[in-house]
Parts: sequence; C-alpha cells; structure tokens
Amino acid sequence: MKEISLVDLENRFQKKVDSEIRIEPNDWMPEEYRRTLIRQISQHAHSEVVGMLPEGNWITRAPNLRRKAVLLAKVQDEAGHGLYLYSAVETLGADREQTIDDLHSGKAKYSSIFNYPTPTWADMGAIGWLVDGAAIMNQVPLCRCSYGPYARAMVRVCKEESFHQRQGFEIMTVLAQGTPEQKAMAQDALDRFWWPALMMFGPNDDESKHSKQSMKWKIKRFSNDDLRQQFVDVTVPQAKLIGLTIPDPDLKWNEKTGHYEFGEINWDEFWQVVEGNGPCNFDRIKARKDAKEKGMWVRKAASAHAAKRAARKTA
Amino acid sequence: MSNSSDWPLWEVFIRSKQGLNHKHVGSLRAPDAQLAIENARDVYTRRSEGISIWVVESNNLFASDPQDSDAFFEPSESKVYRHPTFYDVPDGISHM
Repeated sequence: MKEISLVDLENRFQKKVDSEIRIEPNDWMPEEYRRTLIRQISQHAHSEVVGMLPEGNWITRAPNLRRKAVLLAKVQDEAGHGLYLYSAVETLGADREQTIDDLHSGKAKYSSIFNYPTPTWADMGAIGWLVDGAAIMNQVPLCRCSYGPYARAMVRVCKEESFHQRQGFEIMTVLAQGTPEQKAMAQDALDRFWWPALMMFGPNDDESKHSKQSMKWKIKRFSNDDLRQQFVDVTVPQAKLIGLTIPDPDLKWNEKTGHYEFGEINWDEFWQVVEGNGPCNFDRIKARKDAKEKGMWVRKAASAHAAKRAARKTA
Repeated sequence: MSNSSDWPLWEVFIRSKQGLNHKHVGSLRAPDAQLAIENARDVYTRRSEGISIWVVESNNLFASDPQDSDAFFEPSESKVYRHPTFYDVPDGISHM
C-alpha cells in the first residue's frame, strides 16, 4: 500500500465529517480530535456520576414513596448515563480507570453546576427542571456528533433525560401551588439555581477556547450563547405558568428579535467554581474518592466470586 | 490493586424482542460473563429494551480494517447485476 501523507489523511477525515459521515472507533482520526473527545466524553461521564450526589442527598428524605421511587430511578439513570459514556470513551483507546483517577486528582473537570448544595426538597425540582433542562439543550445536538459511539450514547441519554425534566417540573408545580411556605421554597430554589443553570452552557462564544475547532469537527453543532438563549426562551414562559419569578431584573422580551434579553452572568463566580472554589467542590470529590476506596471490597468480592465460579466449572 | 481495568471489557448485544437480531449497544467491565450479563441488564435494559442479552469479551472480537474497506468491499460494489433494478422488465409484466 502506498504511503498516505498526514495532510491527505486529515483532508479525507474533514471531508467525511463535512459530508456527515460518522467517524467510528477504528477509523483514522487526527490525534487532537481523539484527545478532544476523550476530554469531553470523560468529563461528561464524570458530570453524570458526580451529578448523582446532590440528588442522592434527598433519596432517604423524599416527601413520599412515589417521589422516592422516582428520584431513585432518576439517580440510577445518571449512573447508567455515566456508564454509557465511559464505554464510549474506551472506544477511543482511553483507560476507563485512568479517566476516573483524573477526576479524583482534580485533573479532569465536571459540570460546575454540581458544586452547588441542595439544602431543600425544592432543589430536586429545580435540578430536574433547570439542570436537566439545560443538559437536554446541550445534549440533543450531540446526538448528531461526528463521533459515532458518542452520538449513539447521547441518543440513549436524551431518551431517558426527558422524564428527568418532567419529574422536576412536576415537583416545582406542586410546590408552587402549595402553601405560601412551599411556594417560597420553590422560588428560593429557582433563585439559587437559575444563574448556575445559565452557566452550564459554558463561557460566552468569544471566550470559549475549544468551540471553533469543535464546530469544524462537528463535535459541537451550536454555540454556547445560542444554546443558552434557546434555554432562556423556553424556560421563562414555564416559570410564568407556574407563578414563579426568574431572578433577573434585566430580563425582558424583545419583540423585534423574538428572544428574551437577560442580565449579565457573573463569570467570576463561574470561573471560581470551575477552579475548585465552589461551595461543594471538596465534598463532591471526597465522596467520589470514598466511593472508590470504601467500595473496593465490592470489586474484590466480585473478582473472588468470579474466580470461585470458574474453579467450580473446571473441577 | 483490584481495579475495574483488570476486569475484561465485554461487548453487549441485546435482542429487543422475539424475532429480531441481537444488536450491539455498548460495552462494560465485569470480572466474568455471568456478572457482565447482570450488569448489562442494569445498564442497558432499565426500560424493557431487551428480552435476551449476549456478552462477548472484546478481546474475542475481530473486525475488518476500515483503512482497507474500499478494496475489501469492492467486489460487491462492482456487481450491479446482483440487484433486481439492473434488469429491464417489459411493460405489462407483473408479479416479477
């Protein structure tokens, strides 16, 4: 076979991407594309797994059995989503356990939203409605991502995610229609989660360092600011409908553009949380490390059980 | 140290209902086939997506090389006469 130059390979690759042909694990791909995907997919997986913690906080204290069963199912889904994504990241030649250790050492990031505390039951509503709502906005375009295994994982995730958002909105609706104290609790959760939810879409477009290349590779389909605007446009009427107020004095409808205008995001807070200084960063990582270390006996027991089973078979 | 990386990677195939093929859905780590099947149930069939699961160790899976796929699949590309649309059927002929 004749030697193909790197430039030719890269051109061929880009042509495939441009004509919407999916890239599969054994296909040639630029090293930087592989690195970008490993970083993005593993951090996405970590977000799903760390995302179990703020909600896990309420499983034992859900107000009734129905809410408890639903919350349990949702948290179990998040674990599943993490596993679909770790499976996808392994197709790129990354070591699953290494990516997890990178999370524990602080080398790998996860979505900054999960560094906020969940002191009240209404936070379960706000997370489902706003956080999962924002996640869906981000993830639906990823179903058409150029990398096949990531796109397929996202299809599964998105199918499951819409129940997450609905159960959250249901919690908020019920509280908003409840006693004055319950309504105040719902409003308080919205007040605390609104701005962090907007930050989930990442920095403004001109500040986002990976965006341009990711768009060219069709890993990313829409810009951070476009997705954020879309989220604001669909969410504001939902809040109105249940009688809650978006905590933004600058929020107003622009008849001309057909979009809501909203106030300036506190990017200093965003970067502080990303850098590890949010209210719960330390607790989240500690919980993950503890889960691995204190749960190690389960892995050992599973290995021992498998070895015994194998020995019985050959005996 | 006992790591999930020490456990083999298993490819998971699910039959969604009687009469359909098993279809590849993803992979997972498990110490043996039995646990791989049980984990696959929890990871890939939380909403009745399957009635049967196959797992196979990824090491035992062999694949054609995508770099050679043009040449490898060429023999079938060049045989248009294997398709019924290659043939002219006169007007008025039915059931063919």
